[in-house]
Amino acid sequence: MTDQSASSVVPARVTALARAREIVFSGPLVTIAAGILLIIVLSALLAQWIVPHDPVRLSPGVRLKPPSEDFWLGTDAYGRDLFSRIIYGGRISLVVGVAAAIFAVVLGLLLGLLAGYIRWIDAVLMRMVDGLMAIPSILLAIAIVSLWGASLWTVLVAITIPEVPRVVRLVRSLVLSAREEPYVEAAIAAGTPTWIIMRRHLVPNTIAPLIIQGTYICASAILTEAILSFLGAGINPETPSWGNIMAEGRIYFQINPGIVLWPGLVVSITILSINLLGDAVRDALDPRMAKRGIER
Amino acid sequence: MVVYIVQRILAAIPVMAFVALFVFLLLRLTPGDPAAIIAGDTATPAQLEAIRDSLGLNDPLLVQFFSWIGDLLRGDFGTSILSGKPVLNLIADRMEPTISLALTTIILSVLIAVPLGVIAAWKQGTLIDRFVMLLSVLGFSVPVFVIGYLMISLFSMQLGWFPVQGFKPIGDGVGPFLHRIALPTLTLTLLYIALIARITRTSMLEILGDDYVRTARAKGLPERKVLMRHALRNCSVPIITVIGIGFALIISGVVVTESVFNLPGLGRLTVDAVLSRDYPVIQAVILLASLIYVVINLLIDIAYVLLDPRIRYT
Repeated sequence: MTDQSASSVVPARVTALARAREIVFSGPLVTIAAGILLIIVLSALLAQWIVPHDPVRLSPGVRLKPPSEDFWLGTDAYGRDLFSRIIYGGRISLVVGVAAAIFAVVLGLLLGLLAGYIRWIDAVLMRMVDGLMAIPSILLAIAIVSLWGASLWTVLVAITIPEVPRVVRLVRSLVLSAREEPYVEAAIAAGTPTWIIMRRHLVPNTIAPLIIQGTYICASAILTEAILSFLGAGINPETPSWGNIMAEGRIYFQINPGIVLWPGLVVSITILSINLLGDAVRDALDPRMAKRGIER
Repeated sequence: MVVYIVQRILAAIPVMAFVALFVFLLLRLTPGDPAAIIAGDTATPAQLEAIRDSLGLNDPLLVQFFSWIGDLLRGDFGTSILSGKPVLNLIADRMEPTISLALTTIILSVLIAVPLGVIAAWKQGTLIDRFVMLLSVLGFSVPVFVIGYLMISLFSMQLGWFPVQGFKPIGDGVGPFLHRIALPTLTLTLLYIALIARITRTSMLEILGDDYVRTARAKGLPERKVLMRHALRNCSVPIITVIGIGFALIISGVVVTESVFNLPGLGRLTVDAVLSRDYPVIQAVILLASLIYVVINLLIDIAYVLLDPRIRYT
């Protein structure tokens, strides 16, 4: 993840790489988290060359086996290799996490700019944001999935929508305080068109907080995807995703707890690493926010 | 004061109206025939027509919306498509486990998290502080159901202290009730502690740097009194705020925890409704959960004025 996140974490400047290196090596825990994420991303990308077994081939002869030399983490109820399935499962979770973060940030940025700058839009939009935030996100997501059917896109939409209001609020508050700055007032007085003010003066102020919020959204999206699949409201159960593997393992928990616990461990470590990296990015980019503690 | 309370109540109305509109449009804007989606693939044309009729899908959209709102205000939340019973009755039957779990969780986590946050802030930078911070990051990172299964595996399967699943109403005796609700509560508490301990620590840190804390220390007050009387009382507002915000988190957590521990509560009702596409039930649960959230946050706004005499609203 380090290479990818490095280019997105810091605005494209010559110092971007140096800045990323500084963040990654800012503490032992952060370095470990970055290393773990790198391993997880690489293993998801290179899944077909890593896995010892076909993750979807059924082998009724080896159902629910404990870990062995052949099956490193044991097998599930259909005799499929758990280790291979977990490696493949990372693909779905990571795609969902990154895509949800990008969608929520972009959408939230656009709406937040409008709300922060145009009064009547603000009044309407903030009521909508309040309303959306009143709906518990899991309930909202399972309602969307149950109506629209369980595809990757639906799940993505269902996970993104509850995250957008928080981004809108964040951007709006940043825009509102930036508007008071003398240089923005000067630009307004000089008759600069609104969209140029937004692009040149307001958007740059939002970038650091949005990157930080984006990492937290990524972590929370992976969590929500796992929960949705676990509840049976996630993507197609035949696709190996971390949540789906755990959902299938539920009824066999007393026979082979590993089917739930191994993917659970991997999900937890992944989310933990993203959160720790997010904290490190926050400390580096915005010391003030580090003190206040960003709203999650 | 009264004016302020009335204003706050009035401000909650558009929020709930938007929630209702959103829930309403979610079904109507679903691509395809909503009746067909709800009825499933095996429905006969007669069944489809019955569903369209009961949802009023044949009327114009605006008529549908207002007649639906009218029904809601009269307490008619529709009929479950799966069981044919009124949704409100289904919900009432499932309230107890959910309320029990939510309350035990809030009580237990406040009892644990507030002292943890205070100690972490007081001993900032020490091992205790780091431990609390790590615990709170963990709480945000480990899915609730994974915590739940870890609990089952450890306390039920290995140690045999608690039953794996199930629920006993408090009417059957406090002992059996607590015995059954203990593991689900512990599970959900770990999630909620993360949130509350973090906020307590942050606001405590800010307050501990304030002048009156220094004065209190300088005049020789015991550290315990400085913390409890001066510092903690002043961060009650942020702590209460986060308990309110965290309520949405609890509702989401309850849905998952109930499925793990097989508690016959609202969460199970919702998940079963999702699996059978019983949209009237899902819709009612969302409306109810949002209403509770809005009301709780309303009460908290009012509590501010009582807790913090500096806050004056006119």
